[in-house]
Amino acid sequence: MIRYAMGRLLAAIPTLFVLITLAFFMMRAAPGGPFDRERSLLPEIEQAIKAAYHLDEPLPQQYLRYMGGLLRGDLGPSFQYAGYSVSELILQGLPVSATIGLSSLLIAVLVGGAAGIWAARRQNHLADYSVMTLSMAGISLPSYVVAPLLILLFAVVLGWLPASGWEQGRYSDLVLPITALALPQIAYMARMMRGSMIEVLRSNFIRTARAKGLPESTVILRHALKPALMPILSLLGPAAAGVITGSVVIEQIFAMPGIGRYFVQAAINRDYTLVLGVVIFYGTLIVLFNFVVDLLYSALDPRVRLQ
Amino acid sequence: MMRRLARGLCLLAVLGGMPALAATPPLRIGNGAEPQTLDPHKTETVDGSRIVRDLCEGLTSVSPTGDVIAGGASRWEISPDGLEYTFYLRPEARWSNGDPVTAEDFVAGLQRAVDPKTGSSYAQMLTPLLNAEAVITGKQPPTTLGAEALDPLTLRIRLHGPTPYLLGLLSHTTSFPIHRPSLKQHGEQFARPGKMVCNGAYKLDQWVVQSHVKLSRNPHYWDAAHTRIETVVYHATEDTNSELKSYRAGELDVATGFPAVQTPWVRKYLGDQLRVATYLGISYFGYNVSRQPFKDNLKLRQALALAVDREILVRKVLYGLSPVAFGWVPPGTADYTPQTPAWAKWTPAQRLAEARRLYAESGYTDDEPAQVEIRYNTSQDNKRVAVVLAAMWKQWLGVESTLVNEEWKVFLNTRKLKKQTQVFRSGWIGDYNDATTFLDIMHSTHGQNDTGWSNSHYDALLAQASIETDTARRREMLQEAERILMAELPMIPISFSSSKNLVKPWVKGWQDNILDYHYSKDLWIEGAR
Repeated sequence: MIRYAMGRLLAAIPTLFVLITLAFFMMRAAPGGPFDRERSLLPEIEQAIKAAYHLDEPLPQQYLRYMGGLLRGDLGPSFQYAGYSVSELILQGLPVSATIGLSSLLIAVLVGGAAGIWAARRQNHLADYSVMTLSMAGISLPSYVVAPLLILLFAVVLGWLPASGWEQGRYSDLVLPITALALPQIAYMARMMRGSMIEVLRSNFIRTARAKGLPESTVILRHALKPALMPILSLLGPAAAGVITGSVVIEQIFAMPGIGRYFVQAAINRDYTLVLGVVIFYGTLIVLFNFVVDLLYSALDPRVRLQ
Repeated sequence: MMRRLARGLCLLAVLGGMPALAATPPLRIGNGAEPQTLDPHKTETVDGSRIVRDLCEGLTSVSPTGDVIAGGASRWEISPDGLEYTFYLRPEARWSNGDPVTAEDFVAGLQRAVDPKTGSSYAQMLTPLLNAEAVITGKQPPTTLGAEALDPLTLRIRLHGPTPYLLGLLSHTTSFPIHRPSLKQHGEQFARPGKMVCNGAYKLDQWVVQSHVKLSRNPHYWDAAHTRIETVVYHATEDTNSELKSYRAGELDVATGFPAVQTPWVRKYLGDQLRVATYLGISYFGYNVSRQPFKDNLKLRQALALAVDREILVRKVLYGLSPVAFGWVPPGTADYTPQTPAWAKWTPAQRLAEARRLYAESGYTDDEPAQVEIRYNTSQDNKRVAVVLAAMWKQWLGVESTLVNEEWKVFLNTRKLKKQTQVFRSGWIGDYNDATTFLDIMHSTHGQNDTGWSNSHYDALLAQASIETDTARRREMLQEAERILMAELPMIPISFSSSKNLVKPWVKGWQDNILDYHYSKDLWIEGAR
């Protein structure tokens, strides 16, 4: 088990290395640089700025310099925000993104799971059909459509919640972004949970449990839930990735100062180091998340053996 | 006993302070994109400069109506030849930490701005100062700049040519003073909360990147007694739709932008809060005159420019927010008469007839029409304008156009290279209120001249004007330059800019002005929110 874990972690290193290298050169291949602006710089000044950020060096040398810095844990300075380092910016955005991301994942599992079980128990009835129709809508409607509608209804018309922005400790700011981010994941979870629950409920050991005269709630919660959760668990990895990509849009629409927003702005501004920093951060996160899901998998299902 | 008394006094102070705090609600401003820096010598965006103007003050300042007024200096004298300015600073002026503001601080600020090591994109603006150009290009050290402290409260600025707009230029962030000890201690990070020492009406309290910048009243400011708003919060939102929604939801007191397509709605429902004012800027389409089909084909350039019905374009596509442009220098520019070409006064039918004649003479026919590519940076509004241009040219001249859109930085790059472009979208916002801020960018060596157009007579006129001491003669030279530009038409002027703000009725003291400068110190909040 420990050997497996170590092996998996070591295997992540080449994955990340390829990711960083690709991101580095793809970013540089895009036309335009961080200091191209509407107002053009005098050649002398442009030269001075480029020299200060080592952008005047040949590309391979810049790459080696960057990788060297990375090994020392230095993500470099942001090109866009003068005086800020990339690590500093990521650390500043992390609490916001983590709060929104983890909350919406948790809500997705709880609400989606519950809705799925409910629909499975009433298969082919009105409840089932309504849950499945709603979840289809949740999957099909992109967040950039849902989010502005939520703002319009709850912030502008009803005035219950803030339209956008973020202030430390103001929880009302979080409601709409978390909802908008969680909706598609809830929909996926509900569909997945329903399917898997229906299958489990048809299996022999459930029939045995019912034959023993156990109450239905015990059958579902003690016997059916654990095996039915397996597909949900394997969905967590992609769901986490979905939440990360979703947050890029959601943070923009709700003006949340999270990492996703940096990512978009940094790409537009060709803030090379900030884009790379965020790519590394997201990459590591997804690798780690999949790793944890795999470990959980083996803990929940004795048939899965990790070697 | 003493301790109990002290505790009681503290409690009293807290209780006494509470109503005062509650009585001054913060001013919340939707500030567009995130400011990239609050360093006065490096800020180059409208959003960043807006905050920096609240934080720091130059030798001069700008009144709510847009006129240059005394700032860090209470008065000044100008030598008869206009080449030497002596400024007298306010003895009571203090930095936000209580240090006196001295002439040396202003000199240090100016020197830092032109020092190539600083990498200020606005350094070029200070070229009227003696030796500035040599310093910017690294030929001379910054200490040789024509700015010196005669004593702690007197400053002399020497110019290489009379510059009528110098006083306006000194209200720009690039010429702001610098608190030397904090720059020395914190280096590049000096413009951060907890580190920044400033001399303006406000000081920097908090900066959450991609969220907001919070300022509070600077009690050391020389005119602090007149600052009425205690706290100002600048919210960052690149998405103008989000900004408008926040404004509608009552989370912002001022919105500095909204999506153009929302204009009819804004007019209908927020008409009394909409402030539209002339702004020093122009929106245009440039011709790349360094390659075909526009190289050496003045008639084609004229034909296309004449065939654009600006009235329709501005009314239908730009929602009538901006005035039409036929010339280059915007109306309202100080000490200048814009040189609009004669055809500006013609009827659309006359212009069209002339356009057809010129098009035929330029060597194109219905069977062999001109093939033109219109390039713009990806945006809904740009696309709408480009589509209408293409339609007008097609319908009235038979010109075949292709539209190409590119992502912003890619577009900037292509435009600068002048290899692929034919007709390209562009715009320019003046940095100070003088015609040269527009005329200079068409100089053959200017980095902004993406048309490739050059005219030695035009360049010579600008050079002469920069050293001309007689203001009337200077004005005539600049006007002559604009006439040359409009005769050769390396671009199609479309519309002059206008500032568009949404201001809640309880925000008082707001006056529209040509620079769109609105210092928070001049505003106050009155009445219910």
